[in-house]
Amino acid sequence: MNPSVDALRATFGPAIGRALESCGDTIVYVGRDALLDVMAWLRDTPQQTYDYLVDITAVEYRDRERPLEVVYNLRSLTRRADLRVKVELDPQGDLTVDSVVSLWRGADWLEREVYDMFGIPFRGHPDLRRILMWETYAEGYPLRKDFPLRGRFSRAEQVRQALAAQPEAHYSLEELSIAEAYEELPADMKERLRHGERGRLPDSE
Amino acid sequence: MSKRTVELQLATPGADARGQPLRVPLGVAEPPDVAAEHMLINIGPQHPATHGVLRLVVELDGETVVRVIPHLGYLHSGFEKLGEYRHYNQIIPLTDRTDYLSPMANNVGFALAAERLMGIAITPRCTVLRVIACEMSRIISHMVWLGTTSIDLGAFTPFLWAFQERERIYNLQEMWTGARLTTSVTRVGGMMADVPDDFVAGLRHFTQTFPKTLSEIDRVLTRNGVWVGRTQGVGVLTAAEAINHSLSGPMLRASGVAYDVRKDKPYLDYETYDFDVVVGEHGDVYDRYLVRLEECSQSNRILQQALDRLPDGPVNIADPRVILPPKSRAMNDMEAMIYHFKQVMEGVKAPVGEAYVGIENPKGELGTYLVSDGTAKPVRWRIRPPSFINLAALPKMAAGHLLSDLIAINASVDIVMGEVDR
Amino acid sequence: MKRVIESKAVAGQSPNYLLAKLQDLVDWAVNSSRANSLWPMPFGTACCAIEFMATAASRYDFARFGMERQAFSPRQADVLICAGRLPFKLAPVIRRIYDQMPQPKWVISMGACASTGGIFDNYAMVQGIDTIVPVDVYVPGCPPRPEGLLYGVLLLHKKIKGESLFDRVPRRDEQPLDDRGLRLPPEQIDEISEPFGNSIHQFRSA
Repeated sequence: MNPSVDALRATFGPAIGRALESCGDTIVYVGRDALLDVMAWLRDTPQQTYDYLVDITAVEYRDRERPLEVVYNLRSLTRRADLRVKVELDPQGDLTVDSVVSLWRGADWLEREVYDMFGIPFRGHPDLRRILMWETYAEGYPLRKDFPLRGRFSRAEQVRQALAAQPEAHYSLEELSIAEAYEELPADMKERLRHGERGRLPDSE
Repeated sequence: MSKRTVELQLATPGADARGQPLRVPLGVAEPPDVAAEHMLINIGPQHPATHGVLRLVVELDGETVVRVIPHLGYLHSGFEKLGEYRHYNQIIPLTDRTDYLSPMANNVGFALAAERLMGIAITPRCTVLRVIACEMSRIISHMVWLGTTSIDLGAFTPFLWAFQERERIYNLQEMWTGARLTTSVTRVGGMMADVPDDFVAGLRHFTQTFPKTLSEIDRVLTRNGVWVGRTQGVGVLTAAEAINHSLSGPMLRASGVAYDVRKDKPYLDYETYDFDVVVGEHGDVYDRYLVRLEECSQSNRILQQALDRLPDGPVNIADPRVILPPKSRAMNDMEAMIYHFKQVMEGVKAPVGEAYVGIENPKGELGTYLVSDGTAKPVRWRIRPPSFINLAALPKMAAGHLLSDLIAINASVDIVMGEVDR
Repeated sequence: MKRVIESKAVAGQSPNYLLAKLQDLVDWAVNSSRANSLWPMPFGTACCAIEFMATAASRYDFARFGMERQAFSPRQADVLICAGRLPFKLAPVIRRIYDQMPQPKWVISMGACASTGGIFDNYAMVQGIDTIVPVDVYVPGCPPRPEGLLYGVLLLHKKIKGESLFDRVPRRDEQPLDDRGLRLPPEQIDEISEPFGNSIHQFRSA
């Protein structure tokens, strides 16, 4: 059992649920409301330093009684330790979870994919829209267990809806704001662009 | 089938009330100032230089990229959903088709995860054969990367050299598995077949002649003025940024982070092999090129060691409940036939639990997360896709560069859309 | 040339002997030029695209068969080779690229996924590109070997050499989607997309 579990219980107490081991990995359940604090603590505390987010995904069980789980795989590169954090959600209830994009930038697209496949919205995500299916996909959330393998619509209807989609439509907030983008760029970047300077990245945000 | 339309709430107001996408007209109030107006261009999804069906929406100020917004999903094939309807051994052919540039490595990654889930230890011969499979895959994947990246940057000849080397590995793969590309070489508990007699000699011959091709490519590209000018200083990512973006593989190592799954979380006895982890310094496209080129040499080294130490013995484990018994026994022995029947019809049941195994794929850390509820089909098969996560760093790398640098940066990420979209 | 003339039953052929011979000569010239320099538009999506690239590389080299220049712009292409699986998200893109190609144009569906949907009988995959664009040659395989693709190309050559300028074929007109937004009637699409084998079970995932 990863010693981080005891440290978590000592710090967060009742927000930490059960912990178990499976096939050599430690899994700890965290309450939904404490998730962001727990994740920030895991990343920033000197003895924990889980600086690398391996993966974010979700699991829905065939047993309808079991809750939906959002699974975070964390890793500490310096300490060579892994931890799996899970949040349980009621499949019939509100599925909203806090986004950890502010902690790890790699969570951006991973959370978009969980939203696309499971319908779990992430509060605080900068650009939450579908990533693998097209933005106006109307059949539902594919990886849910009540979604049939071949989809809800007939094949002809799926073809019709696919052909009716506009391939060049813009849905992201970034694209929609591009007309005003030049005005909003910082002044020094505007200067550099005007002088044809190359390749200096802005300081990390 | 009844058709039910589902009300979809878009998370962002990308469309107006009638469902038409919102479009913002450019230059509305004042006469357009051509110097200040930005262009919005669309690259892809069908484009020779996007390495698959990737769509990049690029905002340009003249020739300079202000922003690039990637759009994916054009190759989304529903692998993870399909995996929930297949037995574990039936998922192996699916794993070929995610990262189709290095199919045997994907097979190995999935088999390792299924074996950890079921608590199975494989034989020594199988372990060495899987190392051989992984390193062969690394070589062919990097050869594709080298060939297509040099085409993108204007050098056509390395593409032909690289693909000729790939044909030689394809010959060996075909000799072993019968297929050039979709190999499905592993099974849970072993391999689909043992290597044929000429395989070891053929692979040894390959390892002796491959360094010559590598040095030819090196001579043509590494100190080439055009190549260096187009790749040095382009697409820089610092180590802290690379870690925060969850990059892995050559992308992470080129930025200076010495993390290789084979050394840090070893599998298949990699800690007993003598090889170096190639780490870059600057995190630009040139360093990623050097890292991948040198990784091919290191893979060659590992292959030679693996061929030297290939032990005799069975390649599959002896448990007939997991591995199909040999056909001669299944046709002659009642018990073996029943085992064969049960495995084919019902599949091998895994115990309740979950397992995550990450391997060092040529693209990065390929993770397989399997959750089982005690049946023969997994509840959840999650592929942790290295290309998907590496690609997310593209907007960060490309901002402020020229359009032609964007092509170089996109090529340096080494994506394969089958894995990005799954 | 003689064998082709004997087997052709061309509707628009003139009853006059000399004129018919002239028409055959024109057909032979036009069809040979078209067949022997087909410029492919490689619509490569997945694993078949890698085998396509291997066919273009030095070992199998389809430049020997006239496909020297891969036209990445549909405006300059003759044959659309759909190499790889086609998800629904990519369907409007291939339809638009097909519509952008000028006549005469042909389509090769390379691989099992492009022909019928392959192993991907699920919510995301088009069950064969012939539900979207008309196909001339289907090349089976997962992925087809380069020799298989070359055989498909040679079959297309044979098909082209059997065509005639004087025979009005509906394929040579532009055929946009009908007012329902489909190429085939919905019943036909459902019929050719019916599941079989492992795909029949939709919910029995345990």
